[in-house]
Amino acid sequence: MDASYAGRTYPPTAAYAVGREHLREFASSVGATHPAHHDVAAALALGHRDVVAAPTFAVVIAQRAEAQLLEDPGAGIDFSRVVHADERFTHHRPIVAGDELVTVLHVDAVVERSGLAMVTTRCEIADANGSAVATVVSTLAVRGEDR
Amino acid sequence: MSRTVDVGQVVATRSIEVTRADLVRYAGASGDRNPIHWNERFATEVGLPGVIAHGMFTMGAAVDAVTEWLGDPGAVLDYGVRFTRPVPVPDPGHATLEVTATVAVVDTEAGTARIDLTVVCDGVKVLGRAQVLVRL
Repeated sequence: MDASYAGRTYPPTAAYAVGREHLREFASSVGATHPAHHDVAAALALGHRDVVAAPTFAVVIAQRAEAQLLEDPGAGIDFSRVVHADERFTHHRPIVAGDELVTVLHVDAVVERSGLAMVTTRCEIADANGSAVATVVSTLAVRGEDR
Repeated sequence: MSRTVDVGQVVATRSIEVTRADLVRYAGASGDRNPIHWNERFATEVGLPGVIAHGMFTMGAAVDAVTEWLGDPGAVLDYGVRFTRPVPVPDPGHATLEVTATVAVVDTEAGTARIDLTVVCDGVKVLGRAQVLVRL
């Protein structure tokens, strides 16, 4: 892992269109049965514009942005040597179906310790008006090459 | 919606059975197709005991007990975890996640609370510092 990537910011991604069926499918896949994830009327009754994403759905959007780093040959990350260390979602407002979301990926830190590179990325996810929607911070532990 | 809670109060518990089929479904829905989560041969070749659950599956499944208690998924303001131990998912059979959600901090002025999740599989905690900030 090239430690000089710390501090890097990538250009905004193309807009990600949040689909109602995808929110339902993702919610079902983690066993989230709350009606607001599935039923438009239930979501509207709670004051949302459409069905609401499960609390960890933003990972779907974040990992597309993170691919810019993971798939960058210059960064030198071998994905088969990666372990997910931590993840955090800060919701500035709920993600709902119909959102068009743009993500800016930041590489906040690359810390090398005992053969591991701890890579912390931050995805700032905003809507079409540029208003903050979610911040996703993720740390990956990348094992070095076998010697 | 507003409610009163006390520090130390257990607000939700849940027992979640996880099968390989659940992991395949999550892989499809999330786009995380890493073969360690569905291919036994690949998982053992990279030194794992076998197929393990996506950390993000465990994270996503564990918080739903809190959402259900809150009554509105939009009331989850912040949610973070550390992935401390893998969750091996056998075939045939299943892994079982035991989730306990406990009130850790109440901020009456802000109208929020921090709910801490304990997630145990086979007697071992699999998530660390699993904290959910919620609007009460």
